[in-house]
Amino acid sequence: MTDKIRVSTATLCGCFGCHMSLLDIDERILELVQLVEFDRSPITDIKTVGDCDIGLIEGGVANAENVEVLRDFRKHCKVLVAVGACAVNGGIPAMRNTFELKECLEEAYIDGIGVANPQIPNDPEIPMLLNKVHPIHEVVKVDYFLPGCPPSADAIWTFLTELIEGRPVSFPYEQIHYD
Amino acid sequence: MSEIKTFRLDGVAIEFKDGDTIMDAALRAGAYIPHLCHNPEFTPHGSCRVCLVEVSGRRVSACTQPAATGLDVDNSSGAIVEERRNLLQMLFVEGNHVCPGCEKSGACQLQAVAYYTGMLSPHYTHFFPQRSVDASHPDTMIDFNRCILCELCVRASRDIDRKHVFSISGRGIGSHLTINSPGGKLGDSTFAATDKAARVCPVGAILPKHRGYEQPIGERLYDRLPVSIVGDVAAHESGDQGDEHD
Repeated sequence: MTDKIRVSTATLCGCFGCHMSLLDIDERILELVQLVEFDRSPITDIKTVGDCDIGLIEGGVANAENVEVLRDFRKHCKVLVAVGACAVNGGIPAMRNTFELKECLEEAYIDGIGVANPQIPNDPEIPMLLNKVHPIHEVVKVDYFLPGCPPSADAIWTFLTELIEGRPVSFPYEQIHYD
Repeated sequence: MSEIKTFRLDGVAIEFKDGDTIMDAALRAGAYIPHLCHNPEFTPHGSCRVCLVEVSGRRVSACTQPAATGLDVDNSSGAIVEERRNLLQMLFVEGNHVCPGCEKSGACQLQAVAYYTGMLSPHYTHFFPQRSVDASHPDTMIDFNRCILCELCVRASRDIDRKHVFSISGRGIGSHLTINSPGGKLGDSTFAATDKAARVCPVGAILPKHRGYEQPIGERLYDRLPVSIVGDVAAHESGDQGDEHD
């Protein structure tokens, strides 16, 4: 074990764009791994979250598995961060909230153009969908919010470096945007 | 000879004339008080409350409060900024403001004022209301999901266009924008894309059709500089913005 800061990351109902933006810090990732060690993350492919200092959550909460993963992160992470529009306010997936879940499923799997053998998927391995997509702060306590679709690599860098160095996090004007 | 009259805004002396509101005098002096429903071309409305300031221990809206000699106006203390941010957060959760999917993003005054007040999250529980989109007009669309009830289109259509196309119906949380036409649709109203009402919306509720995402990210109205320097979005809408469908 090292005394490095432990970081876990997960995508719930998101597009992995925020993780791509994290990788967009480019060579600065070499600096980052001097300071942190990644636990559960798509980057390490570790599937369970251990005790961590920082948990970065991309995506909103759209199904039962998202709820489980999010609660698990909250339990194990000292600082939980909503990263990106979907985690912060539901984002694009929350646009389905304007419709009934039944309507969405029927449009996709029954009435959609080119659908063969129409049926709504019902395999027990598939997590049950929630009626609405929720921002993560509606399910667990969130310590920091980093908006953007995605937040730019520079914004993620500013956030992580200032948080790790224990400074109050503040951003240059052009690094904060909701899109 | 009338003497120069002043009040203090965050400790700085601001000159005013008889009949000025705090907002009028501040705008003329180049001092920024955040606002959404205020546009100097129209009668003040005082509905969005974003321009709230503290005067003698009372919260008032700067756009409706008459300026008076010797007032000490707090426009930027931590408590005022926090209250403004709370108001903005309520505006965000009451509607469906999906910035990544909105053509107005980057040139949206709601967004810009929220950036200015340091809003990083909506904080409250989202309403996710069920609202519609009206695409019946050939040149202009209305997305009711984004309407913040500022009534600028109502005022512009009534006072400048002389058409009374828009009004607010309902009360409290049931308040909503309605269109004065036989079918309740913009398409069968007297609205035209050349109307003043087409160029005053501070958000992406009233949008011209046949264009979209014209400015690349990084070059949009509020991408580089804050609203306090750039000014209102309506001030950047030139007369040819709402051109007719060709």
